[in-house]
Amino acid sequence: MDILAYLIPISLILGGTGLAAFFWAMRSHQFDDPDGDAARILCADWDEAPKPAPDTPIKTD
Amino acid sequence: MTIAAPFPVREVERAGLGACPACVSAPAAQAMAKAAQPVDQGVMLSLPTAHCAACISTVEHTLMAMPGVRSARVNLTLKRVSVSASADVTPGQLIAALGHAGYEAHELDAGILSSTDMDRQGRDLLMRLGVAFFSMMNIMLLSVAVWSGAEGATRDLFHWISALIAIPTVIFSGQPFFKSAWMSLRAWRLGMDVPISLALILASSISLYETIEGGHHAYFDAAVMLCFFLLLGRYLDHRARAIARSAAEELAALEVPRATVLVDGAEVIRPISEVATGDLVRVRPGGRMPVDGVVTEGSSELDRSLLTGESLPVFAGLGTVVSAGEVNLTGPLTVRVTAAGKDSSLHRMADLVAIAENARTRYTTLAERAASWYSPLVHLLSFSAFGFWMWKTGGDLRFAVNISAAVLIITCPCALGLAVPAVVTSASGRLFRKGLLIKDGTALERLAEVDTVVLDKTGTLTMGAPEPVDFASHPLWAAGLAAGLAAASSHPLAQALAKRAANDGITPAVIDDLQEVPGYGIKGRWQGAEVRLGRADWCMADPLDVTATYLLAGARTHAFAFEDHLRPGAAEAVAAFKAMGKDVRLISGDVEGAVSGLASRLGIANWTANALPAEKADLVDNLTRSGHRVLMIGDGLNDTAALAGAHVSISPATALDAARVASDIVLLGSSMAPVADALRISQQARRRIVENFLISGGYNVVAVPLALAGMATPLAAALAMSLSSITVSLNALRLK
Repeated sequence: MDILAYLIPISLILGGTGLAAFFWAMRSHQFDDPDGDAARILCADWDEAPKPAPDTPIKTD
Repeated sequence: MTIAAPFPVREVERAGLGACPACVSAPAAQAMAKAAQPVDQGVMLSLPTAHCAACISTVEHTLMAMPGVRSARVNLTLKRVSVSASADVTPGQLIAALGHAGYEAHELDAGILSSTDMDRQGRDLLMRLGVAFFSMMNIMLLSVAVWSGAEGATRDLFHWISALIAIPTVIFSGQPFFKSAWMSLRAWRLGMDVPISLALILASSISLYETIEGGHHAYFDAAVMLCFFLLLGRYLDHRARAIARSAAEELAALEVPRATVLVDGAEVIRPISEVATGDLVRVRPGGRMPVDGVVTEGSSELDRSLLTGESLPVFAGLGTVVSAGEVNLTGPLTVRVTAAGKDSSLHRMADLVAIAENARTRYTTLAERAASWYSPLVHLLSFSAFGFWMWKTGGDLRFAVNISAAVLIITCPCALGLAVPAVVTSASGRLFRKGLLIKDGTALERLAEVDTVVLDKTGTLTMGAPEPVDFASHPLWAAGLAAGLAAASSHPLAQALAKRAANDGITPAVIDDLQEVPGYGIKGRWQGAEVRLGRADWCMADPLDVTATYLLAGARTHAFAFEDHLRPGAAEAVAAFKAMGKDVRLISGDVEGAVSGLASRLGIANWTANALPAEKADLVDNLTRSGHRVLMIGDGLNDTAALAGAHVSISPATALDAARVASDIVLLGSSMAPVADALRISQQARRRIVENFLISGGYNVVAVPLALAGMATPLAAALAMSLSSITVSLNALRLK
């Protein structure tokens, strides 16, 4: 049963990491538009490269 | 944030296309000028028809391509786009650009503050939900080990770890329940949250006691699971309301907040609250009357359809009495104010609505009715179990408290707390995707009870935009002449005529000396003779009893009749109402000819024309008094009293502010077909809610005797709770 001494803390840490990730995602407004985010992966706009910084000229298609 | 950052390169590129070469050669100056300008304004637009990835990119590209727009971001969940643009970009321009791209848009009020407030509440609930979920999963892991037979020191250790996770969780995540329970207790009521809080506190403290004593049973998992499921219901409920509130209540007010006042002959723009009786106010063509008053200068035509339902524009000249909310069509008018702000007819109507809304009997929902007998029953059961076992065991406090806690946990209203929000969320989400906003949580239930549908005509069944009906029957020369004259005016009838002529490929006649006579029509010279297009009396024609404009050429007159374009989906909706066995009625302030024509086209047998606002409200009142549940659909100020008095009411997004406020559901798109779906979905939703009550009642019937008999284990409680919660959620999702 000594294994419990490792397993329980590990499970708590993993769960806690998940919780922290959830908090981070929520605070960075990632749950504000679930429908939009689901649809946006189908947009071809910024597929090839990351979206350029706003002060560079935009190249469309 | 991107908003504050200047965008010299793109701005200059755009400016360079049309601006002077010097500006292009001095980009730095340009950039500085841009940066020195007052910073961006945020505009929020509602996009009822956006629904897919293509919509997102079209809308964003359209807006980004407009000069002055810095950023545009679509939120598909809330169906809106937030735009940040320089101060000279008006929301009207954005709406027009989106209209060209094929998207309907409405301006939302900049009172975004309240929506961020709702966001914060939502995030707060979501955070508590996340914590409860984390704890539930970890404790369940430990509990499974205990249930499958962990003994002695291992079990105690597991209980201790569970306690360490569960107690902070219950304290943190249970706060919404504790707060609301405390509030209801202070008001001497036994709300739903009282048994919930009691169960949470009792379960945690008993389990803690058992853990300290090294007992066999601990209910930590049950307490946390309870917390999780109920928070889930609470969050769903909150989100459904947040979505509806943010869009419906922030649709920008149509009531003009400002007026152009003449002070010593100079025009000064003033907030409406500062306009006094006796002031002179200038109203330009296309503008809405900000005040009640009398015309002192100019002549024009007024569109009163939002106030009275009349589709025909009314002549306004010297001495005509005008009311706030009417639209000035052709010529500038100067109006001496007789009543402004709070005293204006627009405001008085809105006040009437407020009174009617307060008088509307507070509707008790199914959930409230169920809770009102469920909470006392649960407490009674739990206390009698405690009393019985105290007596039976001869005062074994620990055993008796254990039993009463088990009863509270098992009967805890998971179904009430989760089943109803799950159904309402699922139903209102479905309606939202169809373009209907539920403003009031109880509206869905009330909609399910409707047996009579009362419809307004102008702006509700029709689009409020006239179209020529007998254009093709006129001789070619007359049509060409009318088109030539009509092209010179911005009057809605003239514009409709010109558009139709262009569509039919009719060449407009070339007319000299074109001149618009405000309030009467357009006149000009054609082949040496005077020709006129306008009002019947001015063109010396016999007026028809339908909306029409008249052409005078030489001694001959021609009447071009118009009919209001039927709202798309209106015929289908009316047919669906009748198929569902609803009594459909049409009541309008418009003239008899127009109303009867529309009624026969839609197959509505029961119609009333020339109705005053009070008569509309009376009709709804009488129907209600004779035991009918009325659904009122209307858009004008003349409908507001009826909308507020009806059992449930719907108004299109184009309706007057007061009408939208008075109604429970707002139709965002221009099609009326979703209204029939709404009726069907609401009836289904009501059935699901009742089914969910039965399902959770069934679980209680099985589990409560076990708990009362002292045979309920934490495993049984966990099973009953999770099974009933999952079944009711799945049942809610069956909604089609």
